[in-house]
Amino acid sequence: MTDTKRPIYLDYAATCPVDTRVLEAMLPYFTDRYGNAASRTHVFGWQAEEAVEAARREIATSLNADPKEITFTSGATESNNLAIKGVVEYLAEAGKKHIVTAVTEHKAVLDTCKHLERHGCEVTYLPVAVDGRVTPEQVAAALRPDTAIVSLMFANNETGVLHPITEIGAACRAAGVLFHTDAVQAFGKIPVDVEAMNIDLASLSAHKLYGPKGVGALYIRRRKPRVRIAPQIHGGGHERGTRSGTLNVPGIVGFGYAAKVAREELASESARVFELREHLRRRLVTEIPHAIVNGSLEHRLPGTLNISFAYVEGESLLMGLKDIAVSSGSACTSASLEPSYVLRAMGLDDELAHSSLRITIGRFTTREELDFVADLIGREVARLRDMSPLWEMVQEGIDLRTIEWTPH
Amino acid sequence: MAYSNKVIDHYEHPRNVGSLDKGDASVGTGIVGAPACGDVMKLQIKVENGVITDAKFKTYGCGSAIASSSLVTEWVKGMSVDQAMQIKNSQIAEELSLPPVKIHCSVLAEDAIKAAIRDFQQKQGAPGSEGESKH
Repeated sequence: MTDTKRPIYLDYAATCPVDTRVLEAMLPYFTDRYGNAASRTHVFGWQAEEAVEAARREIATSLNADPKEITFTSGATESNNLAIKGVVEYLAEAGKKHIVTAVTEHKAVLDTCKHLERHGCEVTYLPVAVDGRVTPEQVAAALRPDTAIVSLMFANNETGVLHPITEIGAACRAAGVLFHTDAVQAFGKIPVDVEAMNIDLASLSAHKLYGPKGVGALYIRRRKPRVRIAPQIHGGGHERGTRSGTLNVPGIVGFGYAAKVAREELASESARVFELREHLRRRLVTEIPHAIVNGSLEHRLPGTLNISFAYVEGESLLMGLKDIAVSSGSACTSASLEPSYVLRAMGLDDELAHSSLRITIGRFTTREELDFVADLIGREVARLRDMSPLWEMVQEGIDLRTIEWTPH
Repeated sequence: MAYSNKVIDHYEHPRNVGSLDKGDASVGTGIVGAPACGDVMKLQIKVENGVITDAKFKTYGCGSAIASSSLVTEWVKGMSVDQAMQIKNSQIAEELSLPPVKIHCSVLAEDAIKAAIRDFQQKQGAPGSEGESKH
């Protein structure tokens, strides 16, 4: 524990604190400028609408898009649902019922696809290579005359690995197939340009870039090509009928301000975060034997590190790391006892998939914190290896794959 | 996730971590579990005149798995082989207040002690060593 009683927060991929600058921008819209953005008859409504449109412009600018192409939602899960279900429903009349995605997508995409499979769609789940990526060639080969949409995430939430988005977008564009990307982890951390990258739909979330929880957006391209989607939430016709429901004005204001701050500081902040992550990574892989970074190091978000410490189980390691807040790739707390499906899809051995930590660095992380973390992880891994029968066998020169285990 | 104080105590101060000479005729070794399942336990006992005089463990697994095996090594020391054979996973789960999703850790610890006893008995050429598998 450093100077505070709370653990060091290194789980920025899960969520971020709201930046105080963002909070200050939001506050008047709770108590003073509390109008309904849909109220056209008085100044309260006009103020709220103006604030929403200003936020829409900030987000559009960050994406190199037009403000009319931004639809506000409750978050990225809703955006992913709206993008995929909305496109598939709209194109169903044209007989298009095939979806292409990848096995490492977020559950908000995978479960949406599974739902659509039960309703007559066919889904191709592309495998990933050991580096966690799919290739544009894989995508092109999966496309069919009846493919409605390709949905592939910009950056993976567990590993931070980046797909070749520009090339995948180009392959989709060449085939006349819509391309959706879940850009939640990337937006505000690395450049996301819907024009240069051939993106037709993109899901965004405010709380991953120091904005509030409960607000997100879907970018929907309006020209070349014009993307049409069937609304999934019906009501008063808000957001040009694409997504009904009273707008979360303070949340949207915060989202817009968070996007502006992230855009203005992107170059310097991504360089700072990258340098911090590399400092931590170098220390871990040089000081701890059998510490293995999962997924492509070259094609990765600056602040994300997914690392396995072989022969140490992830949950027990987390228990020893109670002074830091990180995620484990292992889902041992669930009844299923399945290690991360993302790491398994990358072909990791079970003992490595069970041993992974996801460490994500953000705006408020310091080098001193990371030095404390590197020391702590080194100590705990050594302690747990001393009581690991797998480590003992490996030290004795036994190949674990030759052992007949007794799965239970 | 909330661990019981006893689980935390065993995790932070595990009893009897280590290894005995598996070539020794008086030592029984049980290895149960699989890396694929996220837990592997190695439990060893040293038996002298029918009494377990020493026990050691090494466990790859979650805190509850480490605690379950640590606890069992404490319990079996001083027990006869027959007494140790009677240890039930429910006793381990109760002592450590394991939640339902962690019951399998106690099952694994029971399996480990039984496997160690069977290994010892096989070394001794004793009958009744075939045992039954729970899984």
